[in-house]
Amino acid sequence: MPQRILVTGYGIISSIGNTVQECYQSMIAGVPGIGRICNIDTVLRDELIVGEVKRTLPELLDMAGIEPEEGYSRNTVLGIIASSEAFHHARLHENRQLRTGLISATTVGGMDRCELFYNDFLTNETRNAYIDSYDCADSTERIASRLNLTDFITTISTACSSAANAILLGARLIQSGKLDRVLAGGCESLTKFHLNGFNSLKILDQKPCRPFDKNRAGINLGEGSAYLVLESEESQKITGNKPICELKGWGNACEAFHQTASSPDGVGAYLAMKKALELSGLKAADIDYINAHGTGTDNNDISEGKAIETLFGNRIPMVSSTKQFTGHTTSAAGSIEAILSILCLEHQVIWPNLNFSEKIDELNFLPVTRLITGEPVCAVMSNSFGFGGNDTSLIFTKI
Amino acid sequence: MEELIEKLKKEVIEQLNLEDIKPEDINPDSPLFGEGLGLDSIDALELIVLLEKNYGIKIEDPKDGKKIFFSIRSMAEYITANKK
Amino acid sequence: MNFIDGIGMISPQQTLVPGRFPDDVVEYTADFLKCIEPVYKTYIDPIPLRRMSRLIRMGISSARICLADAGIAMPDAIITGTGLGSVEDTEKILSDISKEEKFLNPTPFIQSTYNTISSQIAIHLKCHNYNTTYVHRTFSFESGLIDGMLQLGEGSSTRVLVGGIDEMTLNHLNITRRIGLWKRQPVNNLQLLNSRTPGALAGEGAAFFLISADRSDHSYARLRDVSTLIDIRGSYRRDQAIRNFLLQNQLQPEDIDLLIVGISGDAVFDPVYHQFASDFFPNAPLAWYKHLCGEYHTSTGFALYTAAQILKSQECPEILLLNHKAPSRLKNILIYNQFRNINHSFLLVSFPD
Repeated sequence: MPQRILVTGYGIISSIGNTVQECYQSMIAGVPGIGRICNIDTVLRDELIVGEVKRTLPELLDMAGIEPEEGYSRNTVLGIIASSEAFHHARLHENRQLRTGLISATTVGGMDRCELFYNDFLTNETRNAYIDSYDCADSTERIASRLNLTDFITTISTACSSAANAILLGARLIQSGKLDRVLAGGCESLTKFHLNGFNSLKILDQKPCRPFDKNRAGINLGEGSAYLVLESEESQKITGNKPICELKGWGNACEAFHQTASSPDGVGAYLAMKKALELSGLKAADIDYINAHGTGTDNNDISEGKAIETLFGNRIPMVSSTKQFTGHTTSAAGSIEAILSILCLEHQVIWPNLNFSEKIDELNFLPVTRLITGEPVCAVMSNSFGFGGNDTSLIFTKI
Repeated sequence: MEELIEKLKKEVIEQLNLEDIKPEDINPDSPLFGEGLGLDSIDALELIVLLEKNYGIKIEDPKDGKKIFFSIRSMAEYITANKK
Repeated sequence: MNFIDGIGMISPQQTLVPGRFPDDVVEYTADFLKCIEPVYKTYIDPIPLRRMSRLIRMGISSARICLADAGIAMPDAIITGTGLGSVEDTEKILSDISKEEKFLNPTPFIQSTYNTISSQIAIHLKCHNYNTTYVHRTFSFESGLIDGMLQLGEGSSTRVLVGGIDEMTLNHLNITRRIGLWKRQPVNNLQLLNSRTPGALAGEGAAFFLISADRSDHSYARLRDVSTLIDIRGSYRRDQAIRNFLLQNQLQPEDIDLLIVGISGDAVFDPVYHQFASDFFPNAPLAWYKHLCGEYHTSTGFALYTAAQILKSQECPEILLLNHKAPSRLKNILIYNQFRNINHSFLLVSFPD
């Protein structure tokens, strides 16, 4: 019998709140965090809307209790804030004899400072403190250092499924017996670099994004960070933490189709969901809710929708995207949306798919368009798909 | 028009890094995508950048690219009609 | 048990031509050691090839060479480690947006994402299986190996493709030289230890390995264990870690027939390796490899390649030896690498019996 993986802590910061509680309040109230770009000096600020954490870097440093010191990127500080919330929630500072890992995910890394200081990097010595903080590992190592988590650390980058793969690896390391508990998730700050990059792909909507809508026109980018604490049952007996839910299944598959486009039939998405379902031991009919990747691009929503239809047949669970609230937080999306999905189990709610008006012709199902309460929610699936077809699906169940 | 077609061939080869292809290999009426030169959606985006950079023409919806970038000739015709 | 069944190595040495390395060592006097690249058309279709940047080309080619070497068409998992991803593509965008946020080409942005290599390999092979990418400095390749071995242990896979890839550019070299990573002057790679100055000689490489749960008649080596250790607070946890590592693998220090260390000619950090060797393996023959491939985040890919060749041929080339002690037996090889005395990694490989 494989180890059960229990979720015993979580932490989040995003455009809809700086803690799990704040995010939950925004979700219940139906208030999205999408708005004008405030923290980045870009020509795109008049064209695009984003899900930005409404604090400047000095404000975030202050919030995290970090002495003003050079070398911290926005990404790292977002990561520290969310990971600290999860760390304290599950009291990881206690029972240090338990082997505790940190698996973090990011793709932009310290790009927000790097793009600001790039000319200095090339020509003078004034910004040397930020040279090291450019790569993906920097945020992970600074989190590890602050929280003194050193039993196992690594960083994953699989584009928009990164944080889901961090959670997946955490579960596998616990099941193999290599670790007792894991802090897993991801962080991603908005940067001029990827705002322009996504803009060059012509997949950003200038209006609030409309996932699963016939007239959808692309993504609103977002930023944030979220981490889960995973524990084995043995570990949980020692820590005495109250389990929030169980991570019951996970699946990783690759589209192997195109570097940026999803296949029309969504084979990667289908395989990731199918693997997660098989591992969970659940039947398709047991899934009450799918928190879809649902980016709002023409391509993703058809591809993901087709994959859902293939796997679930004529019994399609309730489906919504929550990117209308948070924006697409790219490498952090996997853990941010995992927590939003877990909140559905905890509070017995299903999140509405905002901004919906008309069904996609090619699909046979409608997303959930209003907040659902009063229906039992026992198993939820959270999908995260990335460029290059790196698709990952997670299943959480009520204890 | 013929002059523009010859210029476009060179620009497309450069923009898309078509290392082994010479301008004379490209038939201005043959399809650029699919079977033709084997171009894909990323190339279409690169061609949008080309039109904007070299000709000041902005294409907002990549779906419009299908018609405009059908062939070198259709590109040339679009440029002639829309150049400011 | 896990066996190395295929290797594809693109490096600054003649590692592409079987039998050329290490007899025919390439000497450089340079700022950094650059890979000897293959004719890419041999491995990649011309249509996708034309827009790939160098790192992506090296990654796909070394993966294909590895699969051909193992005689396998479809791995059960594709896992890549890269400390920096495509530096060339990232620099192109940074340089463009620092001038003007206009006319940005989509191709470098797409390729700047770290998972491009793993996913491009999957696209080439039409491989829908497990696919992921690790991006943690000198843990990148090691994390990939740890994941690959987990996959084999879970029984969901029997053959996994794991690689470590990084590239260097002149720009990146100049930037990171500011924080003391590299030597200030060009040096001769074969005279590296004579420089006695701070900083390493930079390098690059692309290494892929096919790790199989079953031994075959062409297995190079048995990959026994891989471990990473972070020592942020300088608490000397490494010493306890190596003791535990040996214990877990039921080995005594004397069982290590050859110790391969990441000595890089850096006067600041090379003493870390010497101390390690004398504290734990005072009698073991000592070898190094960074004079051949340079220092980069996934350099242990080159070290593992070297160890696998040594175990298969049962010969340790003179060019690798540091203490003029030739190994009397070649059964167990330990690779030890570190970065700034913070990131430590151990890789243990054995003769595949």
